[in-house]
Amino acid sequence: MSVVVVLPAPLRELAGGEASVTLAGRPETVGEALAALRTEHAAVYDRIVTEQGEVRQHVNLFVGTNSVRRTGGLDTPLEPDAEILVLPSVSGG
Amino acid sequence: MPETPRGLQLREGDVLLMVGTTKGAFLFRSDADRKRWEMDGPHFPGEEVYALAFDQRGGRRDLWAAPGSAFFGTTLRKSVDGGATWSGKDERPVRFPETSGLSLKRIWQIRPGRDGEPDRLFLGVEPTCLFESTDGGESWTAVAGHLDHEHRAHWTPGNGGLCLHTILPDPSSSERMLIAQSTGGVYRTDDGGATWRARNAGVRAEFLPDKYPEFGQCVHKVAHHPARPERLFLQNHWGLYRSDDWGDSWKDVADGVPSDFGFCMAVHPHDPDAAYIVPLESDGFRCTPGAQLRVYRTRDAGTSWEPMTRGLPQENAYETVLRDALDVDSLDAAGVYFGTRSGRVYASRDEGESWEALQEELPPVVCVKASVVGAA
Repeated sequence: MSVVVVLPAPLRELAGGEASVTLAGRPETVGEALAALRTEHAAVYDRIVTEQGEVRQHVNLFVGTNSVRRTGGLDTPLEPDAEILVLPSVSGG
Repeated sequence: MPETPRGLQLREGDVLLMVGTTKGAFLFRSDADRKRWEMDGPHFPGEEVYALAFDQRGGRRDLWAAPGSAFFGTTLRKSVDGGATWSGKDERPVRFPETSGLSLKRIWQIRPGRDGEPDRLFLGVEPTCLFESTDGGESWTAVAGHLDHEHRAHWTPGNGGLCLHTILPDPSSSERMLIAQSTGGVYRTDDGGATWRARNAGVRAEFLPDKYPEFGQCVHKVAHHPARPERLFLQNHWGLYRSDDWGDSWKDVADGVPSDFGFCMAVHPHDPDAAYIVPLESDGFRCTPGAQLRVYRTRDAGTSWEPMTRGLPQENAYETVLRDALDVDSLDAAGVYFGTRSGRVYASRDEGESWEALQEELPPVVCVKASVVGAA
């Protein structure tokens, strides 16, 4: 079982065209999952997280159907087969 | 899906016009007569492009762009083939140090350095900071003297964000450079960036209790001519000024304009006394006064200003031209170009005497940069 990060279309070309990334290891929190993502796909990580290590304001991460902003942020715990969904927020014109 | 850009075949003597919009960048090419233009774009469709530059120093023909996404951040991209391909997709070389607590929001200005230092480039970014590269743009460092400035805690964002939007190196001295930011105002270094002194004496801050503070002004743009770099023109958030001493003092030169509010400013390529602006009615109504789209030109260093109207709409024109959306080429007679928030690009090939719509119905224009290929 592995944690999977599902990417929105604008980020897929930074991951070799893949719609999702299967993370190595057993990350137990969202923060650990992002650290693993950084190791494997630094360009994708940089689009999700600022240089201060914060998830960008207009990017939402969901574990299942829950936004991690309401479940502990980067400390949100992960099941061994968790799926992290990356979605841009609804904004802009 | 938008058409895939092919890039432009740039030839010696061509005019290159780079136009940044809130939804991508567009490139235009013409030969020197500037009557027929080829358009290529959108580059970076869907991304805002507030900063563009064409660097011809040292035999280069580098196109620089700073596309940014409200969702996924800002990058810096370079093309060496006229926009056919862009490098830097996977990289994010412009980063604040972790100790700063700051994160890059937007790149507002890409400025190639002095001619004698072809590997040096500068960026002005939001939150306000000056970045420098000494290896041709491969790597970037926040200039510590600005990042750690004692005034930083007092700088506050204007409507557009807390941005460093003007970078004017002294062509004759690697020690001196003038920058401007909104807000904060004008700062100058005389020691290669180690220290920066506020240079706002005489510049009004209409929105503060103290109308003439040392710093804190909302300067919108500063421009000068490389042959007379100490003479500066400044478009303020209310106020139009000139300095003849590298910003040590400023003189009001707003006689003869319908409003001294505006954003953009450009200096004539061959005459340090000539400058162009597009006044707006007020900060509360940021549209061209009287619904007339008029470029104003001075040829006597701000003593008088004349409206340039031929070919521009003179009724029902509620237009806005932003701080980096006006530029000149270096031909004789000079070409003058500007873009509006309504997505129109206008061009004059006779120093502003007459105008034509070069392109209409683009996304809102935020950046216009004109260059003559081979005229570094």
